[in-house]
Amino acid sequence: MSVLDPKVPLDDDGNEVAIQTMWEDHKFDMNLVNPANKRKFSVIVVGTGLAGASAAATMGELGYDVDAFTFHDSPRRAHSIAAQGGINAAKNYRGDGDSIFRLFYDTVKGGDFRSREANVYRLAQVSNDIIDQAAAQGVPFAREYGGMLANRSFGGAQVSRTFYARGQTGQQLLLGAYQALERQVAAGKVRTHTHKEMLDIVVVDGRARGIICRDLVTGEITRHEANAVVLATGGYSNAFYLSTNAMACNVTAIWRAHRRGAFFANPCYTQIHPTAIPASDEFQSKLTLMSESLRNDGRIWVPKEVGDDRAPRDIPEDERDYYLERKYPSFGNLVPRDVASRNAKIVVDEGRGVGPLKNGVYLDFADAIERLGFDVVWDRYSNLFEMYERITGEDPTKRPMRIFPAPHYTMGGLWVDYHLMTTVDGLFAIGECNFSDHGANRLGASALMQGLADGYFVLPYTIGNFLADKLNEGEVGLDHDAFAAAEEDVTARTKKLLAIDGTRTVDHFHRELGKILWDYCGMARNEDGLAKALGEIPALREEFWTDVKVPGSGATLNSSLEKAGRVADFLELGELMVRDALDRNESAGGHFREESQTDEGEAKRDDENFSYVSAWSWQGQGEAQELHKEPLAFRYVPPSQRSYK
Amino acid sequence: MNLTLQVWRQAGPDVPGSFATYEATDISSDASFLEMLDLVNEELVLDGDEPIEFSHDCREGICGSCGVMINGVPHGPQRGTATCQLHMRTFHDGDEIVIEPWRASGFPIIKDLVVDRSPFDEIIQAGGYVTVDTGQAQDANLTQIPKETADLAMDAAACIGCGACVAACPNGAAQLFTSAKLAHLNLLPQGDAERYERTESMVGVMESYFGSCTNMGECETACPKEISIDFIAMMNKDYAKAKFRNRRST
Repeated sequence: MSVLDPKVPLDDDGNEVAIQTMWEDHKFDMNLVNPANKRKFSVIVVGTGLAGASAAATMGELGYDVDAFTFHDSPRRAHSIAAQGGINAAKNYRGDGDSIFRLFYDTVKGGDFRSREANVYRLAQVSNDIIDQAAAQGVPFAREYGGMLANRSFGGAQVSRTFYARGQTGQQLLLGAYQALERQVAAGKVRTHTHKEMLDIVVVDGRARGIICRDLVTGEITRHEANAVVLATGGYSNAFYLSTNAMACNVTAIWRAHRRGAFFANPCYTQIHPTAIPASDEFQSKLTLMSESLRNDGRIWVPKEVGDDRAPRDIPEDERDYYLERKYPSFGNLVPRDVASRNAKIVVDEGRGVGPLKNGVYLDFADAIERLGFDVVWDRYSNLFEMYERITGEDPTKRPMRIFPAPHYTMGGLWVDYHLMTTVDGLFAIGECNFSDHGANRLGASALMQGLADGYFVLPYTIGNFLADKLNEGEVGLDHDAFAAAEEDVTARTKKLLAIDGTRTVDHFHRELGKILWDYCGMARNEDGLAKALGEIPALREEFWTDVKVPGSGATLNSSLEKAGRVADFLELGELMVRDALDRNESAGGHFREESQTDEGEAKRDDENFSYVSAWSWQGQGEAQELHKEPLAFRYVPPSQRSYK
Repeated sequence: MNLTLQVWRQAGPDVPGSFATYEATDISSDASFLEMLDLVNEELVLDGDEPIEFSHDCREGICGSCGVMINGVPHGPQRGTATCQLHMRTFHDGDEIVIEPWRASGFPIIKDLVVDRSPFDEIIQAGGYVTVDTGQAQDANLTQIPKETADLAMDAAACIGCGACVAACPNGAAQLFTSAKLAHLNLLPQGDAERYERTESMVGVMESYFGSCTNMGECETACPKEISIDFIAMMNKDYAKAKFRNRRST
């Protein structure tokens, strides 16, 4: 085990500098690349969601020579597009007591004191720049009648700091970043490579110098070199099979990086979002999220009695249990995601779930419609109501919605330092694929903020600092042994997957893995279950590699082959998620260990023993990863038991 | 329910394609259209056949990846609904469903139901942005935008770039896609400075790939986001102005 250095700026005595001025001062201290020299540096960006597109566009504007890769047919398809609710910023336009410090404070507390203060403070600082930048790009944020930007309170915040564009905030912010990216493509500063899936990182003498891709249309394997490599490839919720993530979301890029030396931090920190539509049958391919902005006006309840099968409107008021309002009077339906999810699980486990499979809770708009009028409520949520009706065939203005928690976001990811660099020199990770800012639980409307903060306002500075002393360092060349070896690995793996010709489909194995992870490493975890999962996952992996059936060839569009490669990596990641969950014998945020709870059943941290980031290093196929730690210290937000009562 | 599918199969861009018949059996009416295809594909794979390739990703109607012709209608029979959001309760037991890729010369077929929509990216490259570098922005509230304007811009910006408008058009025209992006940016003060250059440039690229608009209105009917053809009228007006202004300024 080693102790990781986050490289947070220190003063001459080795003490951390004041957090309020740290980033501004550090920007001055970092080395710059002369504007005329920037074009001599090439940067590879993998992934074109909010983080990747904003980083590639900004680096293109600065003058770097950028190659951006996406496995989609267009950068605009990235899953950031599906974010509904909004983006936080500490503008305090409402005058309701918000500030950079409060956003920082809320994020550290919301993350259950498992994030790095220095990064979170910087995130809160640049949040305001993001809103300015997006508005200047023409992102059509919601407006008040006077023409000023509108805000709403969101996901457990007690101030109204969330900016939004109907229920399509992610779409509009991504299109803003995508358009900025396409502008750089037109200017010749960025080349986009569509239908290219990154399947390996090329490391030369400890330094990331390129990637290996497979063209998803032609099957061609290609080598790409650069002075630095940036991963912006999103989260790994699809390890659970059923999640709110898009079908193609996967862990492969960061898992390949992990296998090449990047430490994987906090893999067990997964966010189970409280408001998804419950599954309706076993062949369901994914779960659909209903924005938690709905919790601003909807009231969550279940019948008081087990076995109450009456239609929701026939259940009188005094026979309903508005359990969040009852247990958490001050936050009510707006408690943070982990708390809302866990409580939904509790009432469903008690047998009080609703719907045909008794696997949901009600989210009811009747009171809001009564209080505000139909038109106001419709105006706020119409696109979500319509989406719900399309999927379930039920009209949520007449009958309460049914919702249940679903895997949604992963706080864990590649370990990065203050500069967003992984443990591999020259390999950066930004957005959801790094572990950095959300600790053990992410607050609502903070994912868009972090993706764009990293891409627009952090990485473009820190990468300059990294590159500054590497002018004229020379190319390693695409025929270097490291490129050849990495390509050989990719080709051999593809061939192997196609050659197994077993009896079960890729989806079969994916579903099985998802079931193990959901049962034992989902909303509640305990030692026995985790130990069981630690036995079952390697066995399933073994079966996969001997009995999976991948038809077709590697020389054409082959979605089975794409999925097989991704599921193979999920089967390795799943084991690490469980190992991490087992090691962390405390509850923190989205990681709820049944052995560690308060008398009232809330998550109980163990700061004495677990106030650290877990970072795991690859030890080779079939070997358990080794644990390393980054100790966490809290100078500005003293750790406390989170309470939303 | 049990269904008979007639699905277009085509191994690659330069190979002739044809319809193949599949039986989809025991499908739940709660399944989505794409989940129905998933089940057919799972059977195909187990039989050692290649699955039907189709584009899809978010399955929430927002990424714009999916889209097939269902009985000759882009995204199928339900108005304002992308293929991934279409559910089988729209169909009846025993139905025969014909499934084809987008049919438009601007969208060459890659394989089966998957088409190449990269010309849309090129249209955006021609001016579908506001020229502002990261860091140049002023405080967001310094520019006030009337709510009606912001709402109208958002109506246009809701386009998901799926290409149903082109597939629906008898001329294979991309006016609805292009005009939606133009309206989004041209309506807002941030986009006003480049309004006429943007319009002429984007229309130019559009016309190099796609057919001409003859006001059939099929695009609006097919659009899963129900984007209005009023934006096409606005584009045409701006285009006429742009041709005049841009000529005068050179």
